[in-house]
Amino acid sequence: MGSTSDFGRRDLVKRSAALGLIAVPSLGALSACASGGDSDGDKVDKGTKSEKNPLAVNESAGLDVVIFDGGFGDAYAKDAEKEFEKRYPKTAGKIKHTATQKIQTTLQPRFNGGTPPDLIDNSGAEQMDFGTLVGKGQLTDLTPLLDAPSIDDPSKKVRDTLREGVVEMGRFDGKPVWVLYYAYTVYGIWYSRSLLAKHGWEYPETWDDMLKLCKEAKKKDIAGWTYPGKYPYYLPFSLYPFIGKIGGREVLDSIDNLEPNAWKHPAVKAAFEAYYELYRKGYILEGTPSQSHTEAQTDWTQGKALFIPNGSWVENEAKKTTPDDFQMAVGAPPSLDDGDKMPFGTIWASGGEPFIVPKNARNPQGGMELLRIMLGKKSSQNFIRQVSSLTSLNGGTEGVDLPSGLASAQELLTKAGPNVLNPRIQDWYVGLNKQQIGIGALGEMMAGRMTPAEAIKKIQKFADDTAKDDSVTKYKHS
Amino acid sequence: MQQVKKVGGAEPVGRSRPAAAPAPRGNRFTRWYRKYGFVAGFLSVPLVIYAVFVISPFVQAIYYSFTDWTGLSSDYKMVGFKNYDWLLNDDVFWKALGHNILLLLILPLVTLGLGLFFAFMLNVGGRRRKNAAVAGVQGSSIYKVIYFFPQVLSIAIVALLFQFTYNPRNGALNAALDAVGLDSLEQLWLGDPELALWCLMAVMVWSNVGFYVVLFSAAMSSIPRDFYEAALLDGANRITTFFRITLPLLWDTVQTGWIYMGIIALDAFAVVQIMTVGPGGPADSTQVLGLYVYTKTFRDGQAGRATAIGVAMLVVTLIFAVIVSRLGRRERLEY
Repeated sequence: MGSTSDFGRRDLVKRSAALGLIAVPSLGALSACASGGDSDGDKVDKGTKSEKNPLAVNESAGLDVVIFDGGFGDAYAKDAEKEFEKRYPKTAGKIKHTATQKIQTTLQPRFNGGTPPDLIDNSGAEQMDFGTLVGKGQLTDLTPLLDAPSIDDPSKKVRDTLREGVVEMGRFDGKPVWVLYYAYTVYGIWYSRSLLAKHGWEYPETWDDMLKLCKEAKKKDIAGWTYPGKYPYYLPFSLYPFIGKIGGREVLDSIDNLEPNAWKHPAVKAAFEAYYELYRKGYILEGTPSQSHTEAQTDWTQGKALFIPNGSWVENEAKKTTPDDFQMAVGAPPSLDDGDKMPFGTIWASGGEPFIVPKNARNPQGGMELLRIMLGKKSSQNFIRQVSSLTSLNGGTEGVDLPSGLASAQELLTKAGPNVLNPRIQDWYVGLNKQQIGIGALGEMMAGRMTPAEAIKKIQKFADDTAKDDSVTKYKHS
Repeated sequence: MQQVKKVGGAEPVGRSRPAAAPAPRGNRFTRWYRKYGFVAGFLSVPLVIYAVFVISPFVQAIYYSFTDWTGLSSDYKMVGFKNYDWLLNDDVFWKALGHNILLLLILPLVTLGLGLFFAFMLNVGGRRRKNAAVAGVQGSSIYKVIYFFPQVLSIAIVALLFQFTYNPRNGALNAALDAVGLDSLEQLWLGDPELALWCLMAVMVWSNVGFYVVLFSAAMSSIPRDFYEAALLDGANRITTFFRITLPLLWDTVQTGWIYMGIIALDAFAVVQIMTVGPGGPADSTQVLGLYVYTKTFRDGQAGRATAIGVAMLVVTLIFAVIVSRLGRRERLEY
């Protein structure tokens, strides 16, 4: 019958059929399965290494690029590909560009079949699990790229042009660098300067001020906070640095390390209770628990709520609904009290948009070369202009007229100095962070269906389960 | 109702060989070939295709459920019953299974019930009019089109449509409640773990009921009119005619519908995936097995575990099929 689940069942059937098809050859290769689908034989020959071509790219090999088409779109990558073609004219017309939101569903069969693309922006709700990719040896070590000369200044290595911590983030264990984060994201509490100014309010530097401000706003029929209730894992963008600020870096590190009772630290409890207060006092915009990220962001840009936890991609993502005089800005987590271990201004900033070059890529040199071009000043500035976000290239903003959100992020970053936090649970344990902590506990707590104590207990259990689960690759802060 | 034939019962299967058959020419093979070759020739191709594309994925899935396959690499090893061990101790799996079973119990009942009721009203439930002892309610042909309409829409569109309807801030549902002064009944709908699954069920009923109205209408129109006329002459009311005539004569169709609805209930993937993003609703309140397979494979990179869930789903489906075919055995009326 031509009924119902056209979308679901057929899609699923198609995918399982695809999996099945892949499975057939792998079943045949069962006897040799230990070595996996290593397809070194399919690689293109290296080109000639020269000053202009330090990675020895094969100039006529073409390139296969898959970009996550999310908050940043994919135009910046297309522009970089044009640069690539300019540099290597023989590749003109041979660059295959794919933009998708469904990274994993698109790429999983290709990984399995041993024919992945040359460069991937592994991002979004469907990003592939890094732990698994690294654990299964599916990625190319990017060290040659980091040691190659920068595109702007041949006397400098690429690694020396990057922002602090970016290279570190791409390491999962030991020496190789598996991932290169292209964007540089500042997370925090986002607000509208003009809206605050209109009412004579100031961004609160303490939690008491935050509550007071929300109370004031409530009188004017403006909610204090909103957040993407359907994706409650946005809450950590301001909550985790808040925890780190209260209890110090070690608290977040022990959480990342899945240490027993890491979540039972008093700083976690204090932060959870502070956030729960927002719900208890009715400072959360009505209906928030059902909103998607775009819906919540639209409520926020329309001035229905003052604050939203978010990352610097929001400026580009919410562009269409943002009024011209909105003056978007990002604030650091307020201080809870005098006992806070880190000063006001402590923020979470880290690499975003993780780029990877698969191990079995046909043309890994080409993939790395495109990244090298992207990390040049020209492409970086293009990215900054197009999507209002910083790149991992240190500086590169000179002479660019920064939009207000990005300018504020830049300002915050300068002010924070060394007090930049980077909770890794987000990329080390995706399932734990999003599904279990985010949807299973934080979302429930902020919707008022779970107390902070219950949420902590539940999260601790989730973390313990992950620590015990030997199918999940574990990482530790060194 | 001249004849009552038993269906599903055992008919004697033994093949009697004619005693005085002429001695067949040729050896045993040609004899066999003469007898079955023609049929086998036609059957072999589809059977091979079926084996390759239907049976073998099943077998492979069962095989993979005993491995630690990630889905991201063709490198895996056997782990025995570890995935099943994990499955039995996984809360989300039991939750998802519970939701599927709940859907299985409620969806067919409500959808088929409504379908039957509407179809009856459209075909025989109307007031008596001139020249027609039995007729549907006024304008029944228009209603049929209206009922069938959701069936034409892709489930993706339906799900998106209702996602907006359920939106608590600017959705039609809360706005309607507001408009009639029932603000106190406003809800978070899909954002409320208590309600989310019921919201989804409502959508699934809405989008499926039209198909059954049409299906049952077709079946009803083949019931001879004189049955109804006779019943009416005997003074039967609508309810009696429904339960004494319509339903028994429609039993086969209802059973078919039950199976279709069962399949939809065991799936529910699309509606959950599109409507309750998260995915799986707040606190897994709308998690279903189909979606869990999907997230385990495509987000967590644990295809081995996902196939184990798939095998569990297969078992549930088989149990469902057995139960339905058992329940379905009953006398068929011919007319």
